[in-house]
Amino acid sequence: MGGTVDLTVEFTGGLEMLFSDQRKHKISIPAEESKGQPATVAFLIQWLCDNLMKDPRKEMFVLDDSVRPGILVLINDADWELEGEDKYEVQAGDNIVFVSTLHGG
Amino acid sequence: MAFTSITDQITLLRSQIAATESQLSKLRAQLSAAESRVETARHLEQAYQGGFPAEWIGETLSALTSEDLHGFPGYAAATPGGAGSPDDIARSIRHETGRAEKEFVAAPEPVRSRWPLSGEEYRRYGRQMIMKEVGLHGQLRLKQAKVLVVGCGGLGCPAAAYLAGAGVGTIGLMDGDTVEASNLHRQIAHSTSRVGLSKVESAYEYLRELNPLPNYERHPFHLSPSTALEVFSAYDMVLDCTDHPTSRYLISDTCVLAGKTLVSASALKTEGQLIVLNNPPKAPGDPTGGPCYRCVFPKPPPADSVLSCGEGGILGPVVGVMGVLQALEAIKLLTSPSNPSINGNGLDPFDQQASPRTSMLLFSAYSSPQFRTIRMRARHASCAACSSVATITPQQLTDGSLDYAAFCGLTTPINLLSPQTRITAAEFARLPRDGSNVLIDVRDETQYAMCALRGSINVPWPGSGQKWVEAAVQKGALPVDGAGRELFVVCRYGNDSQLAVKAIQDAVDGGPSGTSVNVRDIRGGFRAWREEVDGEWPEY
Repeated sequence: MGGTVDLTVEFTGGLEMLFSDQRKHKISIPAEESKGQPATVAFLIQWLCDNLMKDPRKEMFVLDDSVRPGILVLINDADWELEGEDKYEVQAGDNIVFVSTLHGG
Repeated sequence: MAFTSITDQITLLRSQIAATESQLSKLRAQLSAAESRVETARHLEQAYQGGFPAEWIGETLSALTSEDLHGFPGYAAATPGGAGSPDDIARSIRHETGRAEKEFVAAPEPVRSRWPLSGEEYRRYGRQMIMKEVGLHGQLRLKQAKVLVVGCGGLGCPAAAYLAGAGVGTIGLMDGDTVEASNLHRQIAHSTSRVGLSKVESAYEYLRELNPLPNYERHPFHLSPSTALEVFSAYDMVLDCTDHPTSRYLISDTCVLAGKTLVSASALKTEGQLIVLNNPPKAPGDPTGGPCYRCVFPKPPPADSVLSCGEGGILGPVVGVMGVLQALEAIKLLTSPSNPSINGNGLDPFDQQASPRTSMLLFSAYSSPQFRTIRMRARHASCAACSSVATITPQQLTDGSLDYAAFCGLTTPINLLSPQTRITAAEFARLPRDGSNVLIDVRDETQYAMCALRGSINVPWPGSGQKWVEAAVQKGALPVDGAGRELFVVCRYGNDSQLAVKAIQDAVDGGPSGTSVNVRDIRGGFRAWREEVDGEWPEY
C-alpha cells in the first residue's frame, strides 16, 4: 500500500489557463487508486481536476468522465491511443501532455 | 462471262486497294511515332553531351514520348540507324510509295526544346534544384502539381507564397473574406493599399508579382459542402489554412472522399499545430491510408471553447511559421519520388516508412523546446469518414445533408439579462460623473492597459462568477453592504459584462435577505462605446 509516483504534466494550447497559467507541473500522485489498482491516466485526470486545477470551469477540462473533445493526451510524446488510452498505468518519470487543439489561422 | 470476270476483277482490285490503304495508314502512324522518337532521342543525346545525367534520359524519354509509342512495342526497342530501325522503315516506305514526306506524315509536334525547363526556370529555381532533395525531377514534379490553398489569411499567405516561389505549377486560392487592416501584421500577401479588396484577388496580385509562371486559380468564396468535391477534384493536394472547426471537418471529409492528402495547420496566440492527414490518401476502409481529421478529433470541441485570432490574439511570426511549415511539408511530399527506397533516406522524420507514420508538430514560441513532434494514431477503425464503416458519402456531402455548423455547435450571442439591468453606451455617457456611480471594466489587464475610461476599476473576468465577485470585493469595486452607489460593468464586446452582472445578482440573492444592489451592464461594451460615444476610442 501507499507510495507515490513522480511525473511531469504539461498543459498547452491554452489549457495552461486552467492550471494557474503554468505550463509544466512536477507532481506526485498516489501510486494506487482507492480500490488498490495501479494509478492510470483516468485516475490522473481526476486527480488533476481535484488537486491541481484551481479554475472552477471543470467542464473545460473534463466532460463525461474523460478529457473534453478537442484535447489530445500525449504519453511520452505519443498519442495516448497508442498507449492504451485512459487505462495506461502511469510510470515514475512519465511526461504527460494535455494539448487543446487550436483552430485559428 | 467476260463481263462477270471484269466485275470480279474490279471488286478484287477495290479490296486490294482498301487493304493497301489500311496497311499504308498503319505504316504512316508507325512512321510518325518512329520519327518522333528519333527526334526526341537526338535531343536527349545532345542534352546528355551537355551534361544531362544518363540515368535520367530513359525516364525523361518515356515521359516525353509515352503517347507516341504506346501500342507500338516493337518500335520501342528499335535503335535509331540500325537494320529495321524506324529510319530504315521510314525510308523504305517513302521509296515504295514514291511520295514526299510531307504528304502523309501527320507527325505530332516533336519535342523542340533541348532542355525540359526554360532558361528562366533554371535561373529562378536553381538554388533549390541543386539540392538532391529536389533536383530536376523534383522541379518537374512541382511544375506538374496542383495545390489548393483554402484560406488566404495568416497561414495561407506564407504557404501560398512559398509554393508559388518554389514553382508549383497550379495554385488554387480560396477565401470569401476581404482584407482588413487588422490582418496586415500577419497576412503577408496583403497590403495597406488593398484593404477592402477580396483576399483572393489581393493574394493573387502578390503572388503574380512574386512569380508569374504558375497558373493561379481563383475561388473568391467560402468553401461549401455542395461544391467542395468538385473543386478539390481538380487538385493533387489541399492545404487547410482556415480558422474554424466547421471548415476543418469539411475539408478533411472532402479530402478523404476525393483522395487528396491534406496538410493542416492552425495557430493561436503564441502556439501552432501542424499535421499531414490522409497521407497516403487511400480509399475509405483501407487501413494503410493515413488518419483523417475525424480520426484524431472524432468529436468537435464545445463551441464556447473555440477561440478565434480576433478573440484570443495571434502573434504574426507564430502563424507565419506554421504557414511556412505547411508549404515545406507540401513541397516535401510533392517532390518525393513515390519509390520508398529513395524516400527512406533518413532526411524526413515525418515519413520514413513506406506507409508513413503520422505525426503532429507542436510549436510553442515561449516554451523550451519550441518544437515537439508527437506520434499519432493510425486510421480509426470506426471513423465516420475514412473507415470501412464510414457514414459520410459523396452524395451526402454534395446534397447538403451534412450540417457542419450544427455538428460543431453554434455560439449564440449572450443575452442573459433583463432590459432593466442593461444600459446603452450613449445613455451611460449622459450619466453624471460625480462619484455616484462605479464603472467596473472586466477586460484583462493587458487590454485595460491599452485603453481605459478614467476612474474605472479593472476586475478581469476569470471565467467564474464566484471568483470574480471575490476579486471585485477585494478591490473595493463592490460595496460590501450592497447599499449606495450604482454599479456599471463594461467589457470589449458586451458578453463578459453580462456574466459579471449575473454573478453580482446571484451573490446578492444568496446573501442576507433584504440586500439589493443596483447594477447594469453596458450593451455592446467598448465596441458600442466607440460607435455611439467616442469615435476616437481605439478599435482593436
